[in-house]
Parts: sequence; C-alpha cells; structure tokens
Amino acid sequence: MTDRARLPPHELFGVALAGLRTRTLRAALSALGIAIGIGAMVAVVGVSSSAQANLIAEIDRLGTNLLTVSPGNDVLGNTTALPTSAGAMIAHMQGVESEAGIYQVGNVNVYRSPYVPADQTGGLGLDAADDALPQIVGTTMASGHFLGAVANRYPEVVLGAQAAATLQIPKVAGDELLYIGNRWFTVIGILNSFALDNTLDSEVFVSLPVAERRFATAPNATEIYVRSSQNDVNGVANLLPPTADPQDPSGVSTDRPSDVLEARAAAKGQFTTLLLGLGAVALLVGAIGIANIMVISVLERRGEIGLRRALGATRGHISVQFLAESALLAAIGGLAGLALGAGATEIYAAARHEPFVVPVYALIAAPAAGLLIGAIAGLYPAMKAARLSPTEALRTA
Amino acid sequence: MSIQLERVVKHYPGGVTALRGVSVDVADGDQVAVVGPSGSGKTTMLTILGTLERPSEGKITVEGVDVGAVSDRALAGLRAHRIGFVFQAFHLQESMSVLDNVANGMLYAGVPLRERRDAARTALERVGLGHRIQFRPKQLSGGERQRVAIARALAKRPAIILADEPTGNLDSRSGGGVLELLHELAQDGSTLVLITHDERIASGFPRRLQMRDGEIVSDIGAP
Repeated sequence: MTDRARLPPHELFGVALAGLRTRTLRAALSALGIAIGIGAMVAVVGVSSSAQANLIAEIDRLGTNLLTVSPGNDVLGNTTALPTSAGAMIAHMQGVESEAGIYQVGNVNVYRSPYVPADQTGGLGLDAADDALPQIVGTTMASGHFLGAVANRYPEVVLGAQAAATLQIPKVAGDELLYIGNRWFTVIGILNSFALDNTLDSEVFVSLPVAERRFATAPNATEIYVRSSQNDVNGVANLLPPTADPQDPSGVSTDRPSDVLEARAAAKGQFTTLLLGLGAVALLVGAIGIANIMVISVLERRGEIGLRRALGATRGHISVQFLAESALLAAIGGLAGLALGAGATEIYAAARHEPFVVPVYALIAAPAAGLLIGAIAGLYPAMKAARLSPTEALRTA
Repeated sequence: MSIQLERVVKHYPGGVTALRGVSVDVADGDQVAVVGPSGSGKTTMLTILGTLERPSEGKITVEGVDVGAVSDRALAGLRAHRIGFVFQAFHLQESMSVLDNVANGMLYAGVPLRERRDAARTALERVGLGHRIQFRPKQLSGGERQRVAIARALAKRPAIILADEPTGNLDSRSGGGVLELLHELAQDGSTLVLITHDERIASGFPRRLQMRDGEIVSDIGAP
C-alpha cells in the first residue's frame, strides 16, 4: 500500500473549473455579487484617483513655484497697502524669475452702454494689471491678446472668462466696446479661466497707466504674482514680505496657491473612505451569497463527492476542491469587478475630461481580494463536503 | 486482490446495525455475487470491502495488511490505484465528455492527463464505446452509460472490481450486455465482487454469498 492518492495543483484547478462549468448560470450569478462589491470599490478608488490626477496635473501645469503677495492687516486690524515700489523691489530679488501685479480700480463699474441702469453692474470688477499677468498666473488667451504697449496709452480692456460670458462677448471681433467711467473702451482680448483663482475670472482688466490717468487708481498693488526659481521657492517666500515692504514686513501676507490645490487633492483621497466602506458591505453580501451557493452545491453533489472518494480522493482532496471552486468563483468575480470598476471610472473620467487612472495596486488587489473572500466563504462548505460519508453520498444519488 | 473480513460489525448513527459479524474471505481472482433483499447489508459490506468505510468492530485485511492500522490517506491511495467501483446510478459528470469521465477514474492516482486519456480511450474501446468518446453522458443510453462507468473503473487496471447493482437501472437486454462485459473482464484476472438482488444474475457466478439481516446465510462455491 505504498501508492499514494494525489491531486497536484494544476489538476485541482481543472477540477474546480469543471465544477463551476457544471452550473454556469448559478456560478455567474454568485460571482456577480463579488463583482459588484469589488467593482464599486475599484470605481471609488478609480474616480478619486482620476480627480486627484487631474488636480495634480493642474498643479504641474501651474507650477509649484508661483507665489502671491498681498496686503495683510496691521496691528490694529486695518488693511494695509503695499508700497508702490513693491513690484519693482520683488522683480530685483534673487531667485525671482518674473512678477506681475494687479491693482484694484475702485468705484468704477463696467457696462455695455451708457443706457444700462447704473445698478446693473453684472458683478463685474475692474482691475489694472501688469502685462505679464497671464504668463505668470499660467493662463492663456481665449481670443485676442492681452494688454501691451498700446493699451498703456489707449482705452483698451481684456475680459476674464466669466466677465466675457456675463457681457455676452464670446470672442473678440475688433468692434466690441464697453462703457466704463463715462468713456468707451475697446475689448482687445478674452482670457481663459484662471485655474488657481477664479475670482479673477469675473474681472475686466485695464492697463495701470490708463487706470491711473482715467480713474486715479493708486499704483499700490492689491496682489502681486511671483514666479520664483523652482529650487528656492521657500527661500523666496520668506524674503518676500521684507522686500515688498521693508518698513512693515508684518503687514504683507504671502501665499503659495499650489498648496491649496495639493490640500484639495489630498482631500479627494480622504472622501473615499466612506464609499469604500459601502463597497465592503456589498462585498460581504457577495461573500455570504457564495457561501450559501456552495453549501447548496455540496448537498446537491453528494453523489459526486462519494464517487470521488471511491476514486481515491482523501477528505482533504474533497475539501480543497470545494475551497478552490469557491475561491476561483470569487476571483473571477473580482476580475469582473475590476473591469466594471475600471469601466465606470473611464466613463466618469471621460465625462469630466479628467485623466483615466486606476491605481496599480487595484489590478492585483481586486482579484486577490476575490480569491481571499472566496476562500473564506468556502471554508464551511468545504468542511461540510469533507465530512460527508462516502456511502451516504453514493446512496442518495 | 485478496480481502478478508473477520467478524465485521457495522453500526450507523441512529442505532442501525447494518452488519452483524460478517466473516468472508475473498481470494485473488474470485468472482463473487452477493445476493440478498434490500436492507440486508450488501452495500455496507461492499463499501467496507472497498475501504470506503471502516468497520465498527472486527477486522479487515487487504492483501495481508490490516486496514485498521492504516491511515485514511493510505486507504485513499489504495482506492486510487487498485480498486474499481461501479455503481447502480453510474455517477457520470454531465459537464464532461465520456472520455474525460473515464479519464477522471485515474485522477487521484497522479497519472498525467495525456496518459489518463490514452488509458481511457483503450478502456472505452474495451467496453465497445470507442466511437462515443466525445459524447456527453446524456446522449447515451442507460446501458452505454453503465459501460462508460465500467470503463472508468477499468482504465486504471484495478486488482478488484466492486459493482453495486450495476444492472439495477437497466432493462434486461442492456443489463445482460453489462454482465457479460464484467464477466469478460474478470477472465483477465481481476477479482470481481458484484451485488445484486436478482437470483438469476447471481446464478451466473461461480461463488454466491447470500445475505439476510446483516449476516451471511450461505456461501456457495467457496474455494
């Protein structure tokens, strides 16, 4: 009696597969439970990863070397003003590549014509801006061009994206005029959206010399955008307040807009925890479904179990067969779930023009989780199958 | 293959006693028919002969080895390599072809699939079903299905064939064919133990055991 009973792994796989093929529809339905659970989790992870990737792409596009300087509050809580020399001082700093300021023009509103009632301002603000603003902030022109040498002398304006929409000027045709402070201005350009500060989108921009002449705008910047060299962002940020206002550095606040986007990207990741929990519940229900189906399967297949014992299967072979069936079933469910989740992510990402991202770990984790869940769900049915008496099994066929 | 049962008793849970001290000596090459009414303990004796179950009391010796001292794993190995079972209900798997059903007979003997299929083909030729190997069991008649089951038992060239009412689900004509086949196989040297409740079938066997109420009441033609 030296000859052993054997069931090598590849034979076990074949046996498990054949077992599932016997009842294809039932196997498919119980795998569906797992597929939905895993699909939901993959979709949650995929959608948040895609949104995150989108924000990160935005950060990359904007660059992490953009800094802003703005007036802060003095010790009494009053809003300070930046010195008129702030822009020039910053431009000469070591490590600063370029800068552009914005100067608020007060008490002047923008209208399409003199006949528009004065209180219908459309919520549009008027700012004076330095010529380099679009390049530094990282936006482009939707139409026309930005302020330049001509605009320094003549009444010309550029519209933010939202402002253009409000005024219903879709593009620059050369003959669009706006009535600002009792004078006509020619629209020479429309900007694309400012990704990092969309309050600028509803602004109308005019050159500083014109604003000073026409509206007596003070040349104290209300915001200065600074591009620093990439490898010394923190050093530049620390030196910005004393450079902008050497007399009162504490009245200057600096900001790094990419920090906000990074925080938003991180927040996208946090939000998923709850949804993942819901996916896990779906998965649990799927696992119970598989356990249920496997118990029924064991009872139905008593004849087969008895036959296998007669053909030389040990109790171990029987239990490992049912365990493998259950694990295989759930692993197939996991793969299907991965496809479902990836599909959902793709649709979502395409609809929102975001990059399609499914994390690499999900490619391994989805089928592996299915395998594990199936193995756990199959534990009890497998033990039940192994305990069946072979004669009992053969008699009840 | 030689098997000895010595005063074997088998109780089942629920207070059923299927065997009440059975002693029998099956010699190598024997052809034995076990006859008796239902509930007389025939099937229980066959499962104990085939090491599917262990006796509650008494001793079973297979080729001189006391089964009581042997592990379940070793007994499974014995069944995988040396014992062929044939059942009344065929127990064929519908999801597989006839060929693979027969090839599965050697699954637990550790024979690679190619060799299993080769042996299965040979066995199916032997039972006269060489032309049906790609059929599904459902597509065959009852007699053909039982011949597939016999081929499955036969493919590994067992030392003993244990058949439990192999003709029970068949009409008399295909049943006759199946019996003829079993006798032929036994001529080749395998030991054959066949259970039946049909005296006429038993009369075709050189040795006949008569069972009633878990005991052997007669042993005709014993060596």
